[in-house]
Amino acid sequence: MIVPTLDIRDLRLGFRTYEAYVEVLHGISLNIAPGERVALVGESGSGKSVTARIVLGLLQLLRSARISGSVVFEGRDLDRLSARERQRLRGTRMTMVFQDPTSSLNPVYRIGTQFHEVLRRTEPRINEHAARERAAQMLLEVSIDDPDRVFESYPFQLSGGMNQRVMIAMALANEPALLIADEPGTALDVTVQAQTLKLMRELVEHHHTSVLFISHNLGVVREFADRVYVIYKGRIVEQGPCASVFERPGHAYTRALMAAVPRITGGGLPDIGDEPRDFSQPLVVHESGGYA
Amino acid sequence: MSPPLLEVHGASKVFRLEDREVPALLDVSFDVREGECLAIVGESGAGKTTVANLILGVYPPTDGTILMHGEPLPARRRREHRRAIQLVQQNPLSTLNPKRTVGASLRLALDVHRIGERRERPEIVATLLEEVGLPGDFARRYPAALSGGQRQRVAVARALACRSELVVLDEPTSSLDVLVQARVLRLLEELKPRRGLTYLFITHDLSVVRNFADRVAVFEKGRLLEIGVTEALFAEPEHPYTRRLISAVPVVSREEELVRDRLAEGGLNA
Repeated sequence: MIVPTLDIRDLRLGFRTYEAYVEVLHGISLNIAPGERVALVGESGSGKSVTARIVLGLLQLLRSARISGSVVFEGRDLDRLSARERQRLRGTRMTMVFQDPTSSLNPVYRIGTQFHEVLRRTEPRINEHAARERAAQMLLEVSIDDPDRVFESYPFQLSGGMNQRVMIAMALANEPALLIADEPGTALDVTVQAQTLKLMRELVEHHHTSVLFISHNLGVVREFADRVYVIYKGRIVEQGPCASVFERPGHAYTRALMAAVPRITGGGLPDIGDEPRDFSQPLVVHESGGYA
Repeated sequence: MSPPLLEVHGASKVFRLEDREVPALLDVSFDVREGECLAIVGESGAGKTTVANLILGVYPPTDGTILMHGEPLPARRRREHRRAIQLVQQNPLSTLNPKRTVGASLRLALDVHRIGERRERPEIVATLLEEVGLPGDFARRYPAALSGGQRQRVAVARALACRSELVVLDEPTSSLDVLVQARVLRLLEELKPRRGLTYLFITHDLSVVRNFADRVAVFEKGRLLEIGVTEALFAEPEHPYTRRLISAVPVVSREEELVRDRLAEGGLNA
């Protein structure tokens, strides 16, 4: 049996506050096979981004966070790793692309310097010349054909779309097993977003990288992912291959989400009623999705 | 066809910086008819916000004129103009004063524009909240205690409070979740005929435009490329840029995908 790149089981997360204990993830299970693109889709506050932060090992550093369940990355239980070992995984075996590229790059260093730093994560002794060559190669892959100009630029001198491509190149430069993309391109224009997603899709296919794709946009998920998990208030309510979930959404919540999306084919604004409905129906699983 | 409420004639806007000039809008003409919803679509740098600011009177055009009810709008707007043209922005958290209750924010609009008798105003506030689907006791709440959708409803109520004629909606639902977006859009759709409103709807979301706007104006780099009735524009987009915009729309069904791809190639009848 193949070892999944990521295997999350019964993940729970709660926060202790002065007044009470608040649970925000109520037992999430999710897996990603090598080279598979999996989306986690839900509304704000549903628990998508905290899940990503646990996978990265960032929330574990927060003292008020209570985490239980298991997160196994390439066969290693993250819980058994020390903070230092987890830190070593970040930026090497698992990397991340954020929503707003311009604010995730360091504003006071040139791109060339930042790229060198990225490459040093796996190859601490890499010299500037070799780093440039390797980085130029990566930039070519994201269709940036004047790498020298980009290396000499500060992030504010480049457009948002350009910065996003630089981020993607950096995220893939160390050949990670898992790329976590949290709402990539949401801050970009529609045509730029479409290009960026297409590019990212081709690249991860080529490098056989697994992706955890976090988004609230159903259309974007459908274009990008192989499989989708729908999350609602800290619970997975539906999962399956994209084609099947989008064609035949089974859970009341997924159906409501789908019904709320205005269609390019017209037909008027969606009518979804005023009252929030009860979506506490059990998990709906579409067959042939992933493996247990 | 209803008469124009607002006419923009040959409007240009050039921003003069210390060392150079930035043309933001280049010789743009169009009109907004009474009771319609005209969508302004385009990407960043298209001039959408400049159009809105010219109409709102934030700054005057470098060239050209803007007429309302056939009368030119002066560079320095009178209170009457400020009342008649209202704005609902993308992020209501930054446009509602966090230290004022919802009721106080609405009341301020009534006070400034002297709407209703002084003692009637609390009642008008309550009616406004009801109109946008919020409970009356929300008047005592602060914006921080409201959800995104509720805040946007308050922003809409404030635009209504002024008995406005034209409401500029600048990406009013882009920061909302899809279920909330659907409800807010529906509210806006219902209010338009009931309150005799006209909308100028600024957005980059073509799927919303397709279902919400009566006419669409496509902007790119400060130029108006194409303007037409929504149905027609989405059956036969003429400008290559419009087609490119449509081809980039993420869709959720196979049926939409087919329509989108045919539009991107030239049109449904091509």
